[in-house]
Amino acid sequence: MNKKRIRIAPISNLNHRRQFLKIGGLGVVGAGLLVACSNDDDMGGDPPVDPGNGIFDLGKGDLGVLNYAYALEQLEADFYTKVVNSFYGNISDEEMQVLTDLYYHEVNHRDFFKAAITAAVDGNTDLVLPTLEFDYGSLDFGNREMVLGTARVLEDTGVAAYNGAGKLITDPGYLLLAGKIVSVEARHASAIRSLLNPGSADFAGDDYVTTDTGLSAALDPSEILAAVGATGFIKTAFTANNLP
Amino acid sequence: MSIIKFLDEFTNQSMLTGRSSRREIFGALGILGKKAALAAVPLGLATMPQKTFAQDMGNDPVAALQLALTLEYLEDEFYDLALQSGVLPSGRPETVYMQISKHEQAHVDFLIAGLEGAGVTPVEKPTFDFTVGGTFDPFNENGIGQETAYAQLLALAQAFEDTGVRAYKGQAGNLLGSPFLTAALQIHAVEAMHASEIRRLRSLKGWITNKERGEGMPEATQAVYNGEENVVQGGLDVTTLGNSAAFSMEASTEAYDEPLSGDDAVAIASLFIVS
Repeated sequence: MNKKRIRIAPISNLNHRRQFLKIGGLGVVGAGLLVACSNDDDMGGDPPVDPGNGIFDLGKGDLGVLNYAYALEQLEADFYTKVVNSFYGNISDEEMQVLTDLYYHEVNHRDFFKAAITAAVDGNTDLVLPTLEFDYGSLDFGNREMVLGTARVLEDTGVAAYNGAGKLITDPGYLLLAGKIVSVEARHASAIRSLLNPGSADFAGDDYVTTDTGLSAALDPSEILAAVGATGFIKTAFTANNLP
Repeated sequence: MSIIKFLDEFTNQSMLTGRSSRREIFGALGILGKKAALAAVPLGLATMPQKTFAQDMGNDPVAALQLALTLEYLEDEFYDLALQSGVLPSGRPETVYMQISKHEQAHVDFLIAGLEGAGVTPVEKPTFDFTVGGTFDPFNENGIGQETAYAQLLALAQAFEDTGVRAYKGQAGNLLGSPFLTAALQIHAVEAMHASEIRRLRSLKGWITNKERGEGMPEATQAVYNGEENVVQGGLDVTTLGNSAAFSMEASTEAYDEPLSGDDAVAIASLFIVS
């Protein structure tokens, strides 16, 4: 089975300033997510949002984090939209309920971020991440294991992304918003994990929560975007030059 | 520092500037600690002083972590006693409680190490009473019967986990700019994973709809859910973002968990604290 998966693991060699990495989609021709990252602590001045190549950059500071979250929510919302429009065969009532709820929640998050970011930049849509295009390649939406497995990876990734992004936020209001959303993503992750392995400890499994400290993952945008890029799901190129 | 002294300080708005009303609040907690009084006080309606915590506390990571440790002590002891009680059916319930218990113990150890590492003396572990003065019998110590005890074990676990999620969230602002923020967020998400599973074990959704405490939850736990019906996020009423079911009241409240103030979290925890 050529199952796509996002591998969540620390990725080294991503901390070179202005290093652009083209993450090839697994079997997806023309996967377009460009990831670049910066460990530049100097937040002074106004780095160019548009580096001149026509590729959108998420931006810096709170705006960068909001656009970053918007990108991830766009992916989740798009994925579940496809799931609920072609449920896999013999789906149980419980699984249909869970996946439908996740679809509602992620669409709500996505549209919220679009509105919130647009408001935050006073309607200057040049600063708002555009609507992204997605391609799931060989992912078979008729296959329960592939759908739930991908959902698990997306939810796990979302939790790790918000956990890691918290420290990048300077506005307490935005931090609280991230907190309001991340715990719902964690509730999702738990439910999907429970559906995949009922009656087990996987809802908060040792693969995701450290056994010695009881902590869930927290990853920087560069690590998350590299992992997401590796799936090839996101077709629209963008950069994160001003996020760690 | 004793737990009473800490809770006193935590809810005392003059903490940073003076100590004039400490004795007064200590007195209130003393009354609250009496079982007779406890039994009469519904969850969350304890006679704690009503303060606008966030504004008064300012940015105080230590107080936030001490509150977190207090809640983790409570959860850790609860799951330990639950596992020892013989009330839990084997299979999924026992497996779930064991996994959560492992995490809560780890959180206690982690927070103690973090506070000590920062040169702060952690609050001492309080003495808990999970029967709330005889109102509950979750460990079947007073002969309420296994079935009822188990239902209470699940209900209390749900209340503790949903409270934990809200309490950590409520402290995020106090940890802004602190090296402990990321760790607190990492714990916060684990509490949410626990909450989801416990709720699903009770045949509820893993997420909170409106401010519903859910079928079978004692009315006394309503304080854990009040405020979850909020639909205004960042100044935007999210129910106005679209007309589809994704923007219904149900979905719009489920999609965002709401914070709990330090005062409200303390009030809930205090019901289970004897001294």
